Amino acid sequence: MGRENLKAELDRLFPEDIKSCGGPPGEQTIVVRREVLRPVMECLKSPAFDFCLLLDLTCVDYAAVEGTFEMVYHLYSLARNDRLRIKTRLPAGDLSIGTLTGLWKNAGWLEREVFDMFGVEFRGHPDLRRILLYDGFEGHPLRKDYPLRKRQPLIPGRGD
Amino acid sequence: MATRIEREARSETLLLNMGPSHPAMHGTVRVMVELDGEKILNSEVEIGYLHRGFEKTCENRTYFNLLPYTDRLNYVSPLINNLGYALAMEKMLGLEVPERARYIRVLLSELSRVSDHLTCIAAMAMECGAFTVFLYMIKAREFVWDVIEATTGARMTTSYIRIGGVRADLHPGHREAVGKAVEETRRVLRDVRGLLDKNKIFLGRTRDTGTISREDAVSYGWTGPCLRSTGVCYDVRKSRPYEVYDRLEFEVPLGERGDNFDRYNVRMLEIEQSLRIVEQVLARMPASSAPPGNDAIPPDRAIGESRRRKSGAPVRLSPNLEGSEKARYCDILAPDMSVVVPPKEDAYTSMEGLISHFAFFMKGHGIRPPKGEVYASVEGGNGEVGFYIVSDGSDRPYRLHMRAPCFHVMSALEQLIRGRFVADVIPTFGSLNMIGGELDR
Amino acid sequence: MDGRFITTRFNSLLGWARKYSLFHYPYVTACCGMEYMSAACAHFDIDRFGAGWTRFSPRQSDMLLVVGTITHKLAPVLKTVYDQMTEPKWVVAFGACAVSGGIYDNYAVVQGIDTIIPVDIYIPGCPPRPEMVLDGLLKLQDKIQKQKQDWRWAGKT
Repeated sequence: MGRENLKAELDRLFPEDIKSCGGPPGEQTIVVRREVLRPVMECLKSPAFDFCLLLDLTCVDYAAVEGTFEMVYHLYSLARNDRLRIKTRLPAGDLSIGTLTGLWKNAGWLEREVFDMFGVEFRGHPDLRRILLYDGFEGHPLRKDYPLRKRQPLIPGRGD
Repeated sequence: MATRIEREARSETLLLNMGPSHPAMHGTVRVMVELDGEKILNSEVEIGYLHRGFEKTCENRTYFNLLPYTDRLNYVSPLINNLGYALAMEKMLGLEVPERARYIRVLLSELSRVSDHLTCIAAMAMECGAFTVFLYMIKAREFVWDVIEATTGARMTTSYIRIGGVRADLHPGHREAVGKAVEETRRVLRDVRGLLDKNKIFLGRTRDTGTISREDAVSYGWTGPCLRSTGVCYDVRKSRPYEVYDRLEFEVPLGERGDNFDRYNVRMLEIEQSLRIVEQVLARMPASSAPPGNDAIPPDRAIGESRRRKSGAPVRLSPNLEGSEKARYCDILAPDMSVVVPPKEDAYTSMEGLISHFAFFMKGHGIRPPKGEVYASVEGGNGEVGFYIVSDGSDRPYRLHMRAPCFHVMSALEQLIRGRFVADVIPTFGSLNMIGGELDR
Repeated sequence: MDGRFITTRFNSLLGWARKYSLFHYPYVTACCGMEYMSAACAHFDIDRFGAGWTRFSPRQSDMLLVVGTITHKLAPVLKTVYDQMTEPKWVVAFGACAVSGGIYDNYAVVQGIDTIIPVDIYIPGCPPRPEMVLDGLLKLQDKIQKQKQDWRWAGKT
């Protein structure tokens, strides 16, 4: 499905919810509202569009610049060799979004990582806890306001 | 007939911790299993013990400076990570890499892939008890690393593939060295096939253990040899060819059942295909356009002469810089001088060269891509290695995210070992090729 | 002959025995693990120095070879393993990350394992070549030879 067909089809199914579609050749991007993210993802996974592989799921902190965080999803369709990037904005004061577990099985771990690094809460996630850092760690390191060198050791050092 | 003891014996479950420091956990993964006898009822995989803050660190380094950090992601095939990052940046900057540099990149990527698969199979076999296989494969890996070291200067973490090309041209004896590495690897593959392929013990441990279906593998986001072992043909080199892969002939081996033996077999076949690619690259690589010249003048004389006039004569550089002389720049690096390190002859003999050298490395200057974002991917040893870079126009990335293939592969481990025996955890974990640097970033 | 001659001779005998039969516990985490594998295998054999046998249990080993980056999440595990090892024990920091945190100066990485456990030999490099590993091992063997061995049973000397 070419870029125009995809956009046209999505506009037909979700009128007024797909904000924009564009990007350089080979990097098709759509921006959706966060309330419709789950229905759009279900639609994209369905055999009509057949984006069967959730390649990646990450977040970018634009809080200092625009007051939002941006969730970025990369999908891939094996049958059509087509990649798609879906972005959605979250206001910095209300970092929560619906989960994608249930659609793709790797979403569980990917969302745990975003929760760990950014503090985004995924509503409906069966087991939302830290994955890369230890449980008592305070703060979310990949946010821009977390200093790079702020260390939180688990055991006291020899000199202490 | 049930005896009294069988009727009366209690059955409790045991919680076994295969902790982060474990010989078969490749260092840094913790698997806690709930056992009924030897059977695994439930398990939990805890990762993050090698989380080194790669993404946050990269936000504080210039685009050129963060290259060594990309080496240490998938540290058994570091050149492939370098290549992924370089491709993402070249996409963002719109750079055109010279032909010879592309062939060199493919050559070294495939040698890295060979060393990755050799290490994976060696470790997996060693954990199943076949120590000889480990010794043989590490021996073959040494020959491959000899080639990489002679060209790049380092055996493992090389930082050789740069934005715009490569650091230096191939070393003079590379044909013989690559030939030797290929021959030794083929000999080792033959030996290991003889040792493992029909070995009852190895087959008993790996056949039909750690099996995953195609649908589950795709749902877990698997890519690379693990996905191909289930029969799904997805290889970034074929579906989205980068560099010169569209001009090379190679096959993508597929498995059938998605069990541990298929993953081992797919990796062995991929080593052979990578060697095939290496031979084709050597045959088709365009010749170096710098003629070997003996009229190079020593550096102090060049600097002295440059004070009086522009000479332009070739300068004999130190052996460390062999292959990165100015005459070779048309082969190895893109012509855009604002994004590559200027040649040393210019930096030391002309004012413009010195200024461009200074400006390249100074904070706030150097590589500054336009505002925007890019996602580029390459086929790594474990699957699709992707780099998602967001640039805000300054000299540091605003956000750099790496799509780690073994993160997705490991998310399926709990399902793979459920219902199996404890002994099956070892070959399953070994065949998935967990690399801590990539998993935890 | 006075007692001190015998104890010094026995001291060197014990040092000789200990240095040529090092059982190491390879606490492998990261990239240096690949160079550890190379150092342990056929090309750059450490078995010829007597240190070839890896013992994956802290109770059975006398040298803790900390290979690779130690993060704050992993630090308690390292301390536990070190505490479980029995005397005499030596610690070798292998690689820049174990020596000083390496290129990772951030929230997650311990800046050198000597902040947690005492270290005997530091092997720098990122990763160190196998020859450097062997050099570090030889230095450790010198250190063991010169060390005053433990004489609990000899009473007051």
